[in-house]
Amino acid sequence: MFPEAFHISIRGPINDFVQSLVVNYGFVFKAISQTLLQAILFVEWILRGLPWWAVFLVFLALAWAASKKVSLVVTVAVMLFVVGALGLWDLTMQTLALMLIASLISVAIGVPMGIWLAKSELMRRITLPVLDVMQTMPSFVYLIPAIMLFGLGKVPAVLATIIYAVPPLIRLTDLGIRQVDGEVVEAATAFGGSPTQILFGVELPLATPTIMAGLNQTIMMALSMVVVASMIGARGLGEQVLNGIQTLDVGKGLEAGLGIVILAIVLDRITQGFGQMSRKERGND
Amino acid sequence: MTDIKIRNVSKIFGGSWKAALAMTQQGADKGEILARTGCSVGLDNVSLDIPGGRIFVIMGLSGSGKSTLVRHINRLIEPTSGEILVDGSNVLDLKPKDLRDFRNRRVSMVFQNFGLMPHRTVLQNVVYGQRVRGLTKVDAKPIGMKWIETVGLAGYENKFPHQLSGGMKQRVGLARALAADTDVILMDEAFSALDPLIRADMQDQLLQLEKNLHKTIVFITHDLDEALRIGAQIAILKDGKLVQVGTPNEILNSPANDYVARFVQRRAGAGEPHHA
Ligand SMILES: Nc1ncnc2c1ncn2[C@@H]1O[C@H](COP(=O)(O)OP(=O)(O)OP(=O)(O)O)[C@@H](O)[C@H]1O
Ligand SMILES: [Mg+2]
Repeated sequence: MFPEAFHISIRGPINDFVQSLVVNYGFVFKAISQTLLQAILFVEWILRGLPWWAVFLVFLALAWAASKKVSLVVTVAVMLFVVGALGLWDLTMQTLALMLIASLISVAIGVPMGIWLAKSELMRRITLPVLDVMQTMPSFVYLIPAIMLFGLGKVPAVLATIIYAVPPLIRLTDLGIRQVDGEVVEAATAFGGSPTQILFGVELPLATPTIMAGLNQTIMMALSMVVVASMIGARGLGEQVLNGIQTLDVGKGLEAGLGIVILAIVLDRITQGFGQMSRKERGND
Repeated sequence: MTDIKIRNVSKIFGGSWKAALAMTQQGADKGEILARTGCSVGLDNVSLDIPGGRIFVIMGLSGSGKSTLVRHINRLIEPTSGEILVDGSNVLDLKPKDLRDFRNRRVSMVFQNFGLMPHRTVLQNVVYGQRVRGLTKVDAKPIGMKWIETVGLAGYENKFPHQLSGGMKQRVGLARALAADTDVILMDEAFSALDPLIRADMQDQLLQLEKNLHKTIVFITHDLDEALRIGAQIAILKDGKLVQVGTPNEILNSPANDYVARFVQRRAGAGEPHHA
């Protein structure tokens, strides 16, 4: 046995800290929670309210815009059809709504953070180790702070998903901006471009393929969090898998699992398509 | 007409620049300083008067500090010591906003490696300076087209840089600098990738600009014939030090030392200097 005398417990202080956060700043979390919930419900309402063929059309249009390839459009159509035929349409739309919100917020956090990292050596030195830790932590761990602050439900599920999924976007935004040819930035500077003009007119456009790769990874990680997030109240495909496991209904679990895989493939192909497009647009330079 | 005065400018690249600067003052040479401190000497106490409204040529071997010197004029590089006066006012005193204005309206530059924006078309690249200045797309377009035609790229305005050859890219860089319509144009080996015909044509264009619009043009080249043809004055650098400044005739007829003599010896009197 490890000697009692060396025993340190961080359990008490952490619980106290969270408790005091909730007591003193509860209204802040409530406000965040409310807004986020409204947003999630709104997106869900749209996706579930739209007729299936409208969603189909949007996906096919996106697939076409991303690749200009008939093959991808057909693949996406077949895959979505399978989802519908398996009776998973509504669940898939619920999951998709959570994905969309989580991805949007990830972009809103990840891209500015990435820019900041690229511009400030200090910020980079502080943040990169934190990101390393975040990426090696098991995804379950993120449920804990989310539940502590927001209880059970869709909001903590989305927040846990974001925390788990945002690191690659931050990293690749940082990398993309750092990789921009110094001479091009120098030329823009020499012609009087301001830092903002250079950021939006030169650095971000040139970093877009890399940022898209980051977004793709973020979406994939968010999808891999679906089942875990359903443990604290995310509805949709993840919940169905969890249900299948809990009731030993293997078929049900697999069906829903298939739905997640299909969603992953479709989103992956489409975002990758957009990434390659932005790369192609400016040739090999 | 804008004149440029460079006053005792030194530039040391590297962390222990203080030690290196002290060594330059004691007359240590570039190689010795690199070995002892790990710093490379870009410029070593260079003073130069560049008169307004003329073409001023800078020559020197590779690594002698030519690019470093012109980058001081629009302050893409901050000197380790010394000052740069453009029209009498010190460039180093400019606040960020004024510095941007200065770069946008008073000096433009052609880069040795072109520095084109790969995600913008030829036209968008050429009008960059004008767009930064706040001109709308519509207003900037005729200016851009005019200069694209001047450098012989009409028809390519909607192509992207990666679709052009090296010489064509260089001409886009040239058009971009000219379209900015500034008093001072810095040209870092601006013609190096051009074929002899276009090159001669561009040299004529430059002489026209000097004659009609009285632009101050600082022109880096490795080509002595070119230097003699267009330069009102020629400065020669070696290892970051200024070796000689003078008119083409002075440089040809009374080289300051062996280095300059070697530079000019292989041409004995062929061609006529433009500025006799
Ligand atoms: N950013 C930098 N960091 C470190 N050293 C540099 C940097 N820029 C230039 N130098 C050094 O300064 C010296 C002069 O370089 P510069 O680019 O001015 O030469 P140059 O005369 O333009 O040569 P070239 O004809 O090859 O273009 C070189 O020794 C180079 O190593
Ligand atoms: Mg150079």
